[in-house]
Amino acid sequence: MIKKEMIAMLLAGGQGSRLGVLTSKVAKPAVAFGGKYRIIDFPLSNCINSGIDTVGVLTQYQPLRLNTHIGIGIPWDLDRNVGGVTVLPPYEKSNSSEWYTGTANAIYQNIDYIDMYNPDYVLILSGDHIYKMDYEVMLEFHKANNADLTIAAMPVPMEEASRFGIVITDENNRITEFEEKPANPRSNLASMGIYIFSWPVLREALMKLSEEPECDFGKHIIPYCHTKGDRIFAYEYNGYWKDVGTLGSYWEANMELIDIIPVFNLYEEFWKIYTRCENLPPQYISADSRIERCIIGEGTNIYGEIYNSVIGPNVTIERGAVVRDSIIMQDSVIRAGAMVNKAIIAEGVTIGEDVQLGVGEYAPSKLDTKVYVFDLVTVGENSVIPAGVRVGKNTAISGVTEASDYPDGKLDSGDYMIKAGGSR
Amino acid sequence: MKAIGIILAGGNSKRMKELSLRRAVAAMPIAGSFRSIDFSLSSMTNSHIKKVAVFTQYNARSLNEHLNSSKWWDFGRKQGGLYVFTPTITADNSDWYRGTADSIYQNLEFLKNSHEPYVVIASGDGVYKLDYAKVLEYHIAKRADITVVCKEMPSGMDLTRYGLVRTDSDCRITEFDEKPMVASSNLVSCGIYVVRRRQLVDLIEACAADGRYDFVNDILIRYRNLKRIYAYKMDSYWSNISSVDDYYRTNMDFLNKDIRDYFFRTYPEVYSKVDDNPPAKYNPGAVVRNSLASSGCIINGEVENSVLFKKVYVGNNCVIKNSIILNDVYIGDNTRIENCIVESRDTIKAYMTYIGEPNHIRIILEKNDRFVM
Repeated sequence: MIKKEMIAMLLAGGQGSRLGVLTSKVAKPAVAFGGKYRIIDFPLSNCINSGIDTVGVLTQYQPLRLNTHIGIGIPWDLDRNVGGVTVLPPYEKSNSSEWYTGTANAIYQNIDYIDMYNPDYVLILSGDHIYKMDYEVMLEFHKANNADLTIAAMPVPMEEASRFGIVITDENNRITEFEEKPANPRSNLASMGIYIFSWPVLREALMKLSEEPECDFGKHIIPYCHTKGDRIFAYEYNGYWKDVGTLGSYWEANMELIDIIPVFNLYEEFWKIYTRCENLPPQYISADSRIERCIIGEGTNIYGEIYNSVIGPNVTIERGAVVRDSIIMQDSVIRAGAMVNKAIIAEGVTIGEDVQLGVGEYAPSKLDTKVYVFDLVTVGENSVIPAGVRVGKNTAISGVTEASDYPDGKLDSGDYMIKAGGSR
Repeated sequence: MKAIGIILAGGNSKRMKELSLRRAVAAMPIAGSFRSIDFSLSSMTNSHIKKVAVFTQYNARSLNEHLNSSKWWDFGRKQGGLYVFTPTITADNSDWYRGTADSIYQNLEFLKNSHEPYVVIASGDGVYKLDYAKVLEYHIAKRADITVVCKEMPSGMDLTRYGLVRTDSDCRITEFDEKPMVASSNLVSCGIYVVRRRQLVDLIEACAADGRYDFVNDILIRYRNLKRIYAYKMDSYWSNISSVDDYYRTNMDFLNKDIRDYFFRTYPEVYSKVDDNPPAKYNPGAVVRNSLASSGCIINGEVENSVLFKKVYVGNNCVIKNSIILNDVYIGDNTRIENCIVESRDTIKAYMTYIGEPNHIRIILEKNDRFVM
């Protein structure tokens, strides 16, 4: 008989629209991070490091990259005879067929998958956080409290607490109240979106609320359990945890890795992060290059100058190019003489000769003032920027652009250039 | 492909000096993130050979560790796969492998139980890419009994440690000198052979019946007039790791863009066991020029014309020039290393100086305590 004490369900279907053009062709969990990884590597590695060998990954938005990345789970040792990683896209049913309409609805549609493993506990994870966490310790906490639901929560600065979902606990860490983005927070314990449910409790709630439109953990399931009087506990977590849901926080989290001894240290032997890596060869640093405070991925060739940057695998930075405070993802090419300042450049991009990115003064975005509120140049994957173009701050570029697209050879701060094509 | 593969990886070379204390030559780290056997293994998988046996004998721990899973070379299959054969005591044999032919003889069952008509034999110490299917095609077209892959070496090189061949105008091998006193030709044998499986079984059995054990001396040289032995000339990069100088030069070759592009950016790829190391990190004070750095490196000092393998830590104010630093080496602050090969897992103290000569590369073995972060 198949029996797993706890299995994980990883919610990886969201677009992550606040990452702008970075997620126009790829789901957020598949976005590259830290010169080698993809965001989903962190929860997946946490699972295997915590001894969880059965993970269902719920996909929906642009799943191709995610599917190829996960494969049969070899990089995480999640290729198992029983269990392992399973990608769970929405599917057609005999009486209905619908997309995953909400986080809990996605789990509801996969009750059969969970039942197959006959678990006592189900861990709900989201695929957009950077952290290292031992879920086994959290499970111990859950069991010790005889809890029905345990929510991981971390203390945030009081002045930022109003941006989060806040939990209020009694002296035994039992949650007495929830506040969603409160104006005057009464606590600074923020929910991290990581839940351990006792499976019978979650199963009952999912069945009960199955008709709820856009059924969501935060909005429906947890309030339902709370009203019902279930034992809900907060598991306080004090390590590094970063939501990389916005361009600013994504850029910041990457930049934190280049500190001399980063708070989030990938170089520790303990709690390794695993990823699928296609590029094995070493990187080459030429005689006339300069590198200061960077991390650089495998197989990259550096002939130019780079400062304070995170460079992915198999990137080429040609002679005379200068890259500062930027993130460049795999297979991109920065041509000779180009200047790249505070830019996020997605995979497979070509920046032409003598292009200047990130010049001039900040201006509000004409594209989307909710997404583009940082002084970053964001370039979507497989884009091309022709030689000699000058691009301002807080801009977005996507697609194969040509010199004729840029009047006067420039793109002003706050402006954007989104063209069809660019996928190869 | 209608062939099985055999990789001869049991050998040791005295000319590798201290480097051979730690491991068989086939397990020598190459080009930052590979081992020398990866090149033969990758060529086999890229030539669609599905079943490969690796014969190991000398100090195989490191090699066995590298081959702990066959999935990196795509040999993790139900059909075929990767087999590692070390000498074992059997009812009628208690010897080690007494030579290359003997190692095949002791594993003759593997050959007999296979159904593929041909065998590709390669050595584990070559750095190259080769499509064995092309060699087999040539072998069949020439109606050869054995095909020996050869490489024309530039004149002026010392070739006395290679097997040298001379051919007639049809490329049939007429003379074969193993490690001659004076080089008689500049066509060297790469230690890669194609032969029909039944033919090989017959040759090896005859060899064993005579108490002969060496593939080159007792088969290739002895049978050169009797059997049709042909040379297949490869014109791409080939290098053989059999001395410290070869080893140093081969690694330094990868600083050359053309060679790097040939191996890493041209189809087909070279595969290796995957280590989960983070990207290389350059802290303030790092000055790196014309060098290779692999995953997991942390660099705080100066590195020039050097190859850093995986997980090398270079301390503040260090100067490293014309050197090869093998896997997982820790170099303390203010240390100077020139023209050296630093053995893997070494821990080098601060304020040390190690200087070798360009034509006399020094090997550093330093076992000091290290405090893991």
